[in-house]
Amino acid sequence: MQSKDITWVIGGPQGSGVESAANIFARACAMTGLQIFGKREFYSNIKGEHSYFAVRVSDKNIRSNVKGITLLVAFDAETLFRHVDDVCDDGAIICDSDLISIKVDEVPTLDTLFKSRLIEHLSSKNKELSVRGLLEICKERDITIHLVSFKNILAALAEELQNPSIRNMFRMLNVLAVSISLGFLGLSSKPLLDSVEAIFHTKPKIAELNKQAANYGYNFATVKFPKFKYSISDIQKKSNTFLVQGYQAAGLGKMACGCRFQSYYPITPASDESVFLESNEVFDVKNNRPGSTLVVQTEDEISAIGMAIGSALTGTRSATSTSGPGFSLMAEAMGWAGINEVPIVVTLYQRSGPSTGLPTRHGQDDLMFAIHAGHGDFPKIVYASGDVEETFYDAAKCFNFAEHFQLPVIHILDKFLASTITTCKRFDPDLITIDRGKLLEKIEEDGYKRFSLTEDGISPRSKLGLENGIFWNTGDESDEFGHISEDPINRVQMMDKRASKLELALNTITKEDQAISFGIAEFCVLSWGSTKGPILDAIDMLKKEGLNVGFIQLKLLHPFPTDRIKSLLKDTKIIIDVEANQAAQLGSLLNEHLDKKVDYYILKYTGRPMTSTEIYESLKKILQTKAEKIQVLTYGA
Amino acid sequence: MEPKLADYKTDVHNDWCPGCGDFGIVNAIQMALTEMKIPRHMSAIFSGIGCSGKTSHFVNVFGVHTLHGRVLPFAQGAKLANPNLTIIAAGGDGDGLGIGAGHFVAAGRRNVDMTYIIFNNAVYGLTKGQASPTLRLGQKTKSLPNPNVNEAVNPIGLAIASGFTFVGRGYAYDVRQLKDLIIAAVKHKGLAFLDVLQPCPTYNDINTRDWFAGLDNVDEITQKPKPRIYKLEETGYDPIVHYGSESEVNEKLTQGLIKSNEWDIKIPTGIFYQNELVAPYEERIADRVPNYLENSPATQPISSDGKSITEISKILDSFEV
Repeated sequence: MQSKDITWVIGGPQGSGVESAANIFARACAMTGLQIFGKREFYSNIKGEHSYFAVRVSDKNIRSNVKGITLLVAFDAETLFRHVDDVCDDGAIICDSDLISIKVDEVPTLDTLFKSRLIEHLSSKNKELSVRGLLEICKERDITIHLVSFKNILAALAEELQNPSIRNMFRMLNVLAVSISLGFLGLSSKPLLDSVEAIFHTKPKIAELNKQAANYGYNFATVKFPKFKYSISDIQKKSNTFLVQGYQAAGLGKMACGCRFQSYYPITPASDESVFLESNEVFDVKNNRPGSTLVVQTEDEISAIGMAIGSALTGTRSATSTSGPGFSLMAEAMGWAGINEVPIVVTLYQRSGPSTGLPTRHGQDDLMFAIHAGHGDFPKIVYASGDVEETFYDAAKCFNFAEHFQLPVIHILDKFLASTITTCKRFDPDLITIDRGKLLEKIEEDGYKRFSLTEDGISPRSKLGLENGIFWNTGDESDEFGHISEDPINRVQMMDKRASKLELALNTITKEDQAISFGIAEFCVLSWGSTKGPILDAIDMLKKEGLNVGFIQLKLLHPFPTDRIKSLLKDTKIIIDVEANQAAQLGSLLNEHLDKKVDYYILKYTGRPMTSTEIYESLKKILQTKAEKIQVLTYGA
Repeated sequence: MEPKLADYKTDVHNDWCPGCGDFGIVNAIQMALTEMKIPRHMSAIFSGIGCSGKTSHFVNVFGVHTLHGRVLPFAQGAKLANPNLTIIAAGGDGDGLGIGAGHFVAAGRRNVDMTYIIFNNAVYGLTKGQASPTLRLGQKTKSLPNPNVNEAVNPIGLAIASGFTFVGRGYAYDVRQLKDLIIAAVKHKGLAFLDVLQPCPTYNDINTRDWFAGLDNVDEITQKPKPRIYKLEETGYDPIVHYGSESEVNEKLTQGLIKSNEWDIKIPTGIFYQNELVAPYEERIADRVPNYLENSPATQPISSDGKSITEISKILDSFEV
């Protein structure tokens, strides 16, 4: 039987409900046991600019988006203008019939650069500069086009339910678009209705109305449209399946591992996590009274990290969450946390820089910055998660690293990971261990020294409020008590004590937590972060053709796990660096730390995440020795 | 055992210049802590950068010497994580009203229950005497190449406008009054601000101890100097908001602002404004999270035998399909 694997794209103006439509669609499919991988793209804008959701659905395990659209749904012209070219030759488009005569010039949100490319494209084919012209090209490519009058459907629905106000309920278009799509794709109607119910369950009236609309749309499609070549159908659903986004995984991990303080300043794409934590600020605790996380919105990111450090000094597991521009402001305080050996976690959601860059788009631009943030030499750990499921467990590990080694930890994520919605195995908090390191709960005697020189470089840690545990902190160099000292001998002892924690971390953090090997081969991909899914899917595609490529996912980026990587690369001849930035930042680390040099680079910095198709194509060129040293990927609207 | 003043002193060598006003402030802090009998381990001094930043090393309670301008974020984070602590933040005028001015305003909006003392000498001492935000326009202290081209910020007025619920001023050479002001500030329920006039004997040759004492302004009849410093409470001034009606609050705010503008001839000290009817940040949180104060972030248990005890299964259920 042919594998069922489709990509459904819905687009529309920001604020029109595209995201909730995609959630209903994804959930309905996931409820039948199908796998989901969805990504959201949007402009830095509140209302009106184009946003879209690409949801890939499959009966196989999927970890990425692919090139091409199987079914595109549009109730605005811009969605057609921007995405029609990506619809596969045997794919389909469902769009509002009122859009046909809209001209390119009539869509003000089409930026001039894109518009000129579109006009050139239409002119080269001698087509009218309108939706009609564009759809003619589609017809020539054998794409199925279903024109639907959403206005008439709303009117008919109003009539059927004897509720005239429905005529003007344009937000209902979203549920109609989803139900028509699912009817067309041949999924059964029950999961659709269950999904609508689940998503609107807090508002029973709205849920009921949407279910009626969903039913109507679903029946409309099954009656009106001929069977589509690509269909999806229920498969055996595994129990304990999650449908979850990356920022939620990070937040849940923090809750589970006992993070009780998070400060933040609003920034895309990091704030979603803080809002999620605040929405769930009170929770149950086993055999104890309810617990809570205090989430504080600060006046800027300097204050956010300052508060997190202040909180950490009380023995509270504390974090802040930010993106590149905010992290830039935190650099000075990183050094303070470093010299004072304060365990804090900074969750860094990268986006495209520099400066404001592409503020709502993806990028892995901040690896070098994370490693080097702050002046002077001080130890920190930079740790990267590769997918949504890992993020949950890694969030907890980062706090263990922070407390065990008493240093700041940067948990480096990105916009792609944050906004990916995917099916995965239910998170299991029982798999989380909590290591508080040398945190003291009691001190009997006087004379406590916060920075006592110890064998392993780590001093027993008191906290504000602990009797007999009084200490001093300072951003100056200090003696064992924490008082300012400019003594040259002490300076060397303290610098060496702190630096030794990097070596200790490399000797303590397990090999599997440093880097994961997904098979070693003559050609081997090295990468970090959210490229993991697309790489694994690309490697599977190659495998089907009998081509073998290895993959090592680096998780510990600083200190660099040189020994671990060297031993994994023993039998590798060709090293391929894959990452979403221009400078090949991991590549330069590899070249610095390994004996072998990177042979090929696959890079993307359009602000859009990599598809597995692109990586597959690039790897294939490398295997055929037809590739340039650097391949730059550009797919995606 | 009764705490003694000596218990609150460290043996760290104090390297402030001889005659520095900072000595009076650190003494007043130590005296206030002794008098209030605050257990040493339940108190923390947070400080900024500059001469005043060293204060935390001289007091024998937890001492956190932070970054330039950032004392308030650090201090608020600690206080919110463990509301049982008595926290005093100390910093300079450049530290708090220059590089840290944004935090000053934001802290006022939060009204976290702690005390903030600014050591105000109108110069950046530790970097050799540049003009600070409180130096008056046109003044040329001795290490400035030219007279100051900026207007001075009004710390008392800014604190009142930002929402601090206790706003006072002390004088570093009146340690007894300053000690009483610190006690009142610490006991105040909400964010208290103290502007402490603190002559810098090395770099500020204008606002000197003699100048504050009025030695340059001798009464023609008595031939005695007319001190600039005076105490508000000796004039029958009532800073307290008693009932909280809009008109009363407006009256007290306005009165405080007007007093804050007195300078050249007469300089008021004491409490300018106090309003305990505004809920501190901690109470606002406790309204949402009922056991926040007795089960604060710092005191919550999070693990048992290395395993998480946070029960998130209900939330996890909502992600199941």
